[in-house]
Amino acid sequence: MSVMFVLLPVALLFAAVAVGVFVWAARAGQFDDLETPSIRILHDDD
Amino acid sequence: MASTEIAPAAPAVRAACAHCGLPVPPAAAVDGAARQFCCEGCRAVWAILHEHGLERYYALREGAAPAPAAPADRLYAELDDAAFQARTCRPEPGGRVSTELYLEGVHCGACVWLVEKLPGLVPGVAEARLDLPRSQVRVVWDPRAVPLSAIARRLGSLGYAPHPCRGLAGQAARRREDRAMLARIGLAGAVAGNVMAIAFALYGGMLDGMEPEFAAFFRWASLLLTVPSLIWGGGVFFRSAFTALRAGTLGMDLPISIGLLAGFLHGVVNTARGTGEVYFDSVTVLIFLLLSGRYLQRRQQRAAGDAAELIASLYPTSARLVEHGRVREVPLETLTPGVVVEVRAGDLVPADGVIVAGRSTVDLSLLSGESTPQSVAEGAPVHAGTLNVSSRIEVRVERTGEDTRVGRLMALVEEHARRRAPIAQLADRISGHFVAVVLGLAGATFVLWARVDPSRALDHAAALLIVTCPCALGLATPLAVSAAIGRAARAGFLIKGGDVLEKLTRPGRMWLDKTGTLTEGRAALLRWHGDEAVKPLVAAAEAHSSHPLGRAFLRALGEPAPPARVEIAETHGGGIEATVDGRRLVVGSAAFVAARAGAVPPALAAVAAELARDGLTPVLIAVDGRVTAAAGFGDPLRADAVAALARVRALGWRPGILSGDDARIAEAAGRHLGLAAPDCRGGVAPEDKLRVVLGSGREGPVVMIGDGVNDAAALAAATVGIAVAGGAEAALAAADVFLVRPGVARIAELLEGSRRAMRVVRRNLAFSLGYNVIGVTLAMTGLLNPLVAAILMPLSSLTVIASSYRARTFDRPAREAVRP
Repeated sequence: MSVMFVLLPVALLFAAVAVGVFVWAARAGQFDDLETPSIRILHDDD
Repeated sequence: MASTEIAPAAPAVRAACAHCGLPVPPAAAVDGAARQFCCEGCRAVWAILHEHGLERYYALREGAAPAPAAPADRLYAELDDAAFQARTCRPEPGGRVSTELYLEGVHCGACVWLVEKLPGLVPGVAEARLDLPRSQVRVVWDPRAVPLSAIARRLGSLGYAPHPCRGLAGQAARRREDRAMLARIGLAGAVAGNVMAIAFALYGGMLDGMEPEFAAFFRWASLLLTVPSLIWGGGVFFRSAFTALRAGTLGMDLPISIGLLAGFLHGVVNTARGTGEVYFDSVTVLIFLLLSGRYLQRRQQRAAGDAAELIASLYPTSARLVEHGRVREVPLETLTPGVVVEVRAGDLVPADGVIVAGRSTVDLSLLSGESTPQSVAEGAPVHAGTLNVSSRIEVRVERTGEDTRVGRLMALVEEHARRRAPIAQLADRISGHFVAVVLGLAGATFVLWARVDPSRALDHAAALLIVTCPCALGLATPLAVSAAIGRAARAGFLIKGGDVLEKLTRPGRMWLDKTGTLTEGRAALLRWHGDEAVKPLVAAAEAHSSHPLGRAFLRALGEPAPPARVEIAETHGGGIEATVDGRRLVVGSAAFVAARAGAVPPALAAVAAELARDGLTPVLIAVDGRVTAAAGFGDPLRADAVAALARVRALGWRPGILSGDDARIAEAAGRHLGLAAPDCRGGVAPEDKLRVVLGSGREGPVVMIGDGVNDAAALAAATVGIAVAGGAEAALAAADVFLVRPGVARIAELLEGSRRAMRVVRRNLAFSLGYNVIGVTLAMTGLLNPLVAAILMPLSSLTVIASSYRARTFDRPAREAVRP
């Protein structure tokens, strides 16, 4: 069970990376417009 | 008569326009052409798309046909103005510049595709990104290669008329705030999830036993995780509670802050001691839920504000300056007294001034509320914000901007919008008592348990503070209000603030503007006395007149059969003389007709006097020198007005009319609506409207409903100001609610919807208070432990969320759901 002392910090490190990426995405405005990109991806075919 | 032959003359099948899909009018049809267009604008757009190989647009637009493209002859020169660009454009790498423009008419995926092909259409444009929900395009271009006006002209020629965005700085600040809030929610959510996972292990330990070093490890891990969430996420509540305290008020954020801090500090102490309960999972989930609720509420309110701003941005920002016989488009701000501007038919007058050339009719309804357009000629004064209806005039500018009548009214609007005191919302009013009661109970718990078992007294008192931390109470109002505002927006009510719903449930005085609100807002033929047979002759003659009453004749009588031979002479402010198929026709005011067609028969003269008494505009008709008929014109009440006012009264409101129109017209309208004469005030100047609203405001809540600049000051001063669709920009800015679709029936729906919304709020508050009673009982009896708290808290929040989003507060009426 003492593997817990290693596993928990490792798991939290992963979570911290995910949160960091989310905070970056939010601050960069990736969530400003949730409608247009879904349309745009269908057009970029030329 | 000839009129019976109208129907067969129309072609049986009309071709569809190759661009917009609307039927092509016979006059625009080209025989034998493979593609037919309904207008020059559509032909131009099709040609542009064809020339650049962009026909795929038609395949992409998936049946949602665009609006017919209006031929745009605007130059957009005001966009190249240095001062304007300094305000709205940002430098980009490589010497490029970016700005944002509102586009009219973008509505589907094909529009996104086409607008973002702009770099291929205009050399020098590096990038165009369309934000569809906001109808806003971000353009990056090289100012050395192409001016912004050329880009705007190209967008305009595609049928997407561009407009400069207003308040870009404020918009950017709000967007930054939104992004920061979202980042906070992300962190708070991740922390809450992880702390909860760790808490599960601790709960397992509570039941089956756990080695102390693991328990301590898990506690320290939760503590470390909670710190960033508390500081960064919870900081929102601490700051707001502190600000409120310094201002001497108690907001909902104070009990939230007390609960969060009590839970955290208690946890820190117990973690350090290694014994006792920790509530880190409850604290972190609380922060996450409360932040989410607040974010949702702000987004809904912002959506309404954005939509109103978008509509306001559609108003003109340029004027047509006349210099040495040539017309040049210039920014509105550069006009100075003394210059001459051209105002085309259908344009708004840009500044106060005097007409120096041309005759026309001017629609004053936005400025003064008068429904009957006025004839104006050389030497007559015209005011900014009025609409030039019939023909081109030139105006010498005397006052501009803030010095105009509209400008002074806007200053009044701002003054009263600032002065209006905010109403403390229901949840905020409760929170003061809530804090006192909770702190009292916590104290009592501590004292009672200190006698029974001193070692547990602090634990139980802290547990009480945590379990009563108003999670559901803090969510109850924001969620119910934001769900209701979201539903309202879908039903066509844009509500700018959450407090509006609450204010609308306490009935009081309701003042309605008449023109455009209770009435259709345009003249219509309401009565006809005398010879019916002359109607087709009148229609044939009036088809050649651009006077508003002439248009009203046509709407009532139908388009005339084409072959009539017509000669017509129009006298401004009098009427028309015409020869239709050899018969001489005179239509106009009593004096005008009498002077040209001899005496008016006493019977018809009496009819004309009666029409005038009823608040209608009388028009006499003479054929071949004999007066044979009289017509009465007025601004008809909307079909649903009577029923709607009855519903409003049933809700306890006292409606009244506040009109800039003549007192007789206002009273005539009031009689039809069943209003007492003292409640119908006519001939009220904008400043008087403000005084009336302020006067009624002393007696209780007052709601003002209007659509024009003349109502704007009163809208701002009222408890709740409601602006109606099709109105002026000033009214939009001053109002708290904006009705997307016209009609008084909407007002009754708004009031009923607000009632239902507030009922949901009260139901939510009752739920969460009930939950708190259970929590307090458990905590005081010492039965509460972290596991029970972890089950109780989300349960109460889920109840509140479900109750908010399931409630049918504002419903889109079934018949309107069918319409596009």
